Amino acid sequence: MSSILSFAVAFALACYTVASLLVLVRLVRGPRAQDRIFALDLLYIHGMLVMLVLGIRYASDLYFEAALLIGLLGFVSSSALAKFLLRGEVIE
Amino acid sequence: MSAGVPGWVEAVVAVLLVLSGLFVLVSAFGFLRLPDFFLRMHPPALAYTLASWCVGLAGILYFSLHAGRPLLHPWLIVVVLSITVPVTTLLLARVALFRRRSAGADDTPPPLSTPPSA
Repeated sequence: MSSILSFAVAFALACYTVASLLVLVRLVRGPRAQDRIFALDLLYIHGMLVMLVLGIRYASDLYFEAALLIGLLGFVSSSALAKFLLRGEVIE
Repeated sequence: MSAGVPGWVEAVVAVLLVLSGLFVLVSAFGFLRLPDFFLRMHPPALAYTLASWCVGLAGILYFSLHAGRPLLHPWLIVVVLSITVPVTTLLLARVALFRRRSAGADDTPPPLSTPPSA
Protein backbone atom coordinates (compact mmCIF):
# COMPACT_ATOMS: atom_id res chain seq x y z
CA MET A 1 0.00 0.00 0.00
CA SER A 2 1.84 3.05 -1.24
CA SER A 3 1.20 6.52 0.11
CA ILE A 4 -0.61 7.68 -3.05
CA LEU A 5 -3.07 4.80 -2.85
CA SER A 6 -3.72 5.29 0.87
CA PHE A 7 -4.28 8.99 0.20
CA ALA A 8 -6.75 8.13 -2.58
CA VAL A 9 -8.60 5.70 -0.32
CA ALA A 10 -8.84 8.32 2.42
CA PHE A 11 -10.01 10.94 -0.08
CA ALA A 12 -12.68 8.64 -1.55
CA LEU A 13 -13.94 7.69 1.92
CA ALA A 14 -14.06 11.36 2.94
CA CYS A 15 -16.02 12.18 -0.23
CA TYR A 16 -18.47 9.36 0.49
CA THR A 17 -18.91 10.61 4.04
CA VAL A 18 -19.63 14.20 3.00
CA ALA A 19 -21.97 12.97 0.25
CA SER A 20 -23.82 10.76 2.74
CA LEU A 21 -24.25 13.74 5.05
CA LEU A 22 -25.69 15.81 2.18
CA VAL A 23 -28.08 12.98 1.30
CA LEU A 24 -28.99 12.68 4.98
CA VAL A 25 -30.02 16.33 4.99
CA ARG A 26 -32.37 15.57 2.09
CA LEU A 27 -33.65 12.49 3.93
CA VAL A 28 -34.55 14.55 6.98
CA ARG A 29 -35.90 17.53 5.04
CA GLY A 30 -38.15 15.55 2.73
CA PRO A 31 -40.42 17.12 1.62
CA ARG A 32 -42.38 14.00 0.59
CA ALA A 33 -42.03 10.27 1.13
CA GLN A 34 -40.58 9.52 -2.31
CA ASP A 35 -37.71 11.92 -1.65
CA ARG A 36 -36.93 10.04 1.54
CA ILE A 37 -37.01 6.65 -0.20
CA PHE A 38 -34.70 7.90 -2.94
CA ALA A 39 -32.31 9.31 -0.32
CA LEU A 40 -32.33 5.95 1.46
CA ASP A 41 -31.54 4.15 -1.80
CA LEU A 42 -28.66 6.55 -2.41
CA LEU A 43 -27.35 5.93 1.12
CA TYR A 44 -27.35 2.20 0.37
CA ILE A 45 -25.26 2.87 -2.74
CA HIS A 46 -22.83 4.98 -0.73
CA GLY A 47 -22.47 2.22 1.85
CA MET A 48 -21.83 -0.27 -0.94
CA LEU A 49 -19.10 1.93 -2.43
CA VAL A 50 -17.51 2.35 1.02
CA MET A 51 -17.41 -1.45 1.36
CA LEU A 52 -15.74 -1.80 -2.06
CA VAL A 53 -13.12 0.84 -1.26
CA LEU A 54 -12.41 -0.80 2.12
CA GLY A 55 -11.96 -4.09 0.25
CA ILE A 56 -9.26 -2.44 -1.87
CA ARG A 57 -7.74 -0.84 1.24
CA TYR A 58 -7.38 -4.13 3.13
CA ALA A 59 -6.92 -6.28 -0.02
CA SER A 60 -9.67 -8.63 1.17
CA ASP A 61 -12.46 -10.36 -0.76
CA LEU A 62 -14.87 -10.43 2.17
CA TYR A 63 -15.82 -6.78 1.65
CA PHE A 64 -16.89 -7.55 -1.91
CA GLU A 65 -19.54 -10.02 -0.74
CA ALA A 66 -20.77 -7.55 1.87
CA ALA A 67 -21.03 -4.89 -0.85
CA LEU A 68 -23.03 -7.25 -3.08
CA LEU A 69 -25.41 -8.00 -0.20
CA ILE A 70 -25.85 -4.30 0.56
CA GLY A 71 -26.62 -3.58 -3.09
CA LEU A 72 -29.23 -6.33 -3.31
CA LEU A 73 -30.86 -5.39 0.01
CA GLY A 74 -30.99 -1.75 -1.09
CA PHE A 75 -32.82 -2.75 -4.25
CA VAL A 76 -35.31 -4.94 -2.38
CA SER A 77 -36.02 -2.40 0.36
CA SER A 78 -36.47 0.61 -1.89
CA SER A 79 -38.63 -1.25 -4.41
CA ALA A 80 -40.77 -2.61 -1.55
CA LEU A 81 -41.20 0.90 -0.10
CA ALA A 82 -42.01 2.32 -3.54
CA LYS A 83 -44.53 -0.47 -4.12
CA PHE A 84 -46.12 0.31 -0.77
CA LEU A 85 -46.51 3.97 -1.67
CA LEU A 86 -47.89 3.06 -5.08
CA ARG A 87 -50.44 0.41 -4.12
CA GLY A 88 -50.92 0.62 -0.36
CA GLU A 89 -49.47 -2.85 0.23
CA VAL A 90 -46.25 -4.58 -0.70
CA ILE A 91 -47.40 -8.03 -1.83
CA GLU A 92 -50.90 -8.19 -3.29
CA MET B 1 1.93 -12.99 -2.75
CA SER B 2 1.98 -9.54 -1.24
CA ALA B 3 3.51 -6.31 -2.55
CA GLY B 4 3.13 -7.64 -6.09
CA VAL B 5 1.33 -4.57 -7.37
CA PRO B 6 3.49 -2.27 -9.52
CA GLY B 7 3.54 1.43 -8.92
CA TRP B 8 1.71 2.60 -12.03
CA VAL B 9 -1.21 0.29 -11.26
CA GLU B 10 -1.47 1.81 -7.79
CA ALA B 11 -1.48 5.26 -9.40
CA VAL B 12 -4.28 4.26 -11.81
CA VAL B 13 -6.30 2.74 -8.96
CA ALA B 14 -5.76 5.91 -6.92
CA VAL B 15 -6.96 8.11 -9.79
CA LEU B 16 -10.07 5.92 -10.25
CA LEU B 17 -10.89 6.08 -6.54
CA VAL B 18 -10.49 9.87 -6.44
CA LEU B 19 -12.72 10.17 -9.52
CA SER B 20 -15.41 8.03 -7.95
CA GLY B 21 -15.30 10.12 -4.78
CA LEU B 22 -15.74 13.30 -6.81
CA PHE B 23 -18.62 11.80 -8.81
CA VAL B 24 -20.42 10.76 -5.63
CA LEU B 25 -19.88 14.19 -4.11
CA VAL B 26 -21.27 15.97 -7.19
CA SER B 27 -24.29 13.67 -7.34
CA ALA B 28 -25.10 14.18 -3.65
CA PHE B 29 -24.71 17.95 -4.01
CA GLY B 30 -27.12 17.97 -6.95
CA PHE B 31 -29.51 15.71 -5.07
CA LEU B 32 -29.55 18.19 -2.21
CA ARG B 33 -29.75 21.38 -4.25
CA LEU B 34 -32.28 20.71 -7.06
CA PRO B 35 -35.78 21.96 -6.30
CA ASP B 36 -38.13 19.26 -7.65
CA PHE B 37 -38.32 15.48 -7.25
CA PHE B 38 -38.17 14.78 -10.99
CA LEU B 39 -35.12 17.02 -11.33
CA ARG B 40 -33.64 15.42 -8.25
CA MET B 41 -33.83 11.95 -9.80
CA HIS B 42 -31.07 12.75 -12.30
CA PRO B 43 -27.88 13.47 -10.28
CA PRO B 44 -27.86 10.07 -8.49
CA ALA B 45 -27.29 8.47 -11.89
CA LEU B 46 -23.70 9.71 -11.54
CA ALA B 47 -23.28 7.65 -8.37
CA TYR B 48 -25.13 4.67 -9.86
CA THR B 49 -23.06 4.53 -13.06
CA LEU B 50 -19.79 6.45 -13.22
CA ALA B 51 -18.79 6.19 -9.56
CA SER B 52 -19.53 2.47 -9.34
CA TRP B 53 -17.81 1.84 -12.69
CA CYS B 54 -14.69 3.62 -11.41
CA VAL B 55 -14.66 1.59 -8.20
CA GLY B 56 -15.33 -1.64 -10.12
CA LEU B 57 -12.46 -0.98 -12.52
CA ALA B 58 -10.17 -0.09 -9.62
CA GLY B 59 -11.15 -3.34 -7.87
CA ILE B 60 -10.54 -5.40 -11.01
CA LEU B 61 -7.09 -3.84 -11.56
CA TYR B 62 -6.03 -4.07 -7.93
CA PHE B 63 -7.24 -7.60 -7.20
CA SER B 64 -6.03 -8.97 -10.55
CA LEU B 65 -2.51 -7.70 -10.05
CA HIS B 66 -2.58 -8.64 -6.40
CA ALA B 67 -3.49 -12.24 -7.15
CA GLY B 68 -1.45 -12.51 -10.34
CA ARG B 69 -4.42 -13.71 -12.42
CA PRO B 70 -7.44 -11.92 -13.91
CA LEU B 71 -10.22 -11.53 -11.36
CA LEU B 72 -13.41 -10.01 -12.75
CA HIS B 73 -15.74 -10.40 -9.79
CA PRO B 74 -15.87 -6.66 -8.84
CA TRP B 75 -17.67 -6.10 -12.15
CA LEU B 76 -20.52 -8.24 -10.81
CA ILE B 77 -21.49 -5.25 -8.65
CA VAL B 78 -21.78 -3.09 -11.76
CA VAL B 79 -23.88 -5.72 -13.54
CA VAL B 80 -26.21 -6.07 -10.53
CA LEU B 81 -26.56 -2.28 -10.30
CA SER B 82 -27.34 -1.98 -14.00
CA ILE B 83 -30.19 -4.46 -13.53
CA THR B 84 -31.65 -3.19 -10.27
CA VAL B 85 -31.25 0.59 -10.46
CA PRO B 86 -33.61 1.19 -13.44
CA VAL B 87 -36.33 -0.82 -11.68
CA THR B 88 -36.05 1.25 -8.49
CA THR B 89 -35.83 4.54 -10.35
CA LEU B 90 -38.82 3.80 -12.56
CA LEU B 91 -40.90 2.66 -9.57
CA LEU B 92 -40.05 5.83 -7.67
CA ALA B 93 -40.90 8.00 -10.67
CA ARG B 94 -44.28 6.27 -10.92
CA VAL B 95 -44.76 6.79 -7.17
CA ALA B 96 -44.02 10.51 -7.50
CA LEU B 97 -46.37 10.86 -10.47
CA PHE B 98 -49.15 8.88 -8.74
CA ARG B 99 -48.90 10.81 -5.50
CA ARG B 100 -48.74 14.15 -7.25
CA ARG B 101 -51.82 13.26 -9.30
CA SER B 102 -53.76 12.06 -6.28
CA ALA B 103 -52.77 15.22 -4.43
CA GLY B 104 -54.59 17.18 -7.12
CA ALA B 105 -51.65 18.89 -8.80
CA ASP B 106 -52.61 20.25 -12.20
CA ASP B 107 -49.11 20.17 -13.73
CA THR B 108 -49.04 16.40 -14.29
CA PRO B 109 -49.72 14.83 -17.70
CA PRO B 110 -52.82 12.65 -18.11
CA PRO B 111 -52.46 8.86 -17.66
CA LEU B 112 -51.37 6.97 -20.74
CA SER B 113 -53.44 3.87 -20.01
CA THR B 114 -56.82 5.53 -20.58
CA PRO B 115 -57.72 6.73 -24.08
CA PRO B 116 -58.06 10.50 -24.43
CA SER B 117 -61.63 11.70 -24.61
CA ALA B 118 -61.85 12.97 -28.15
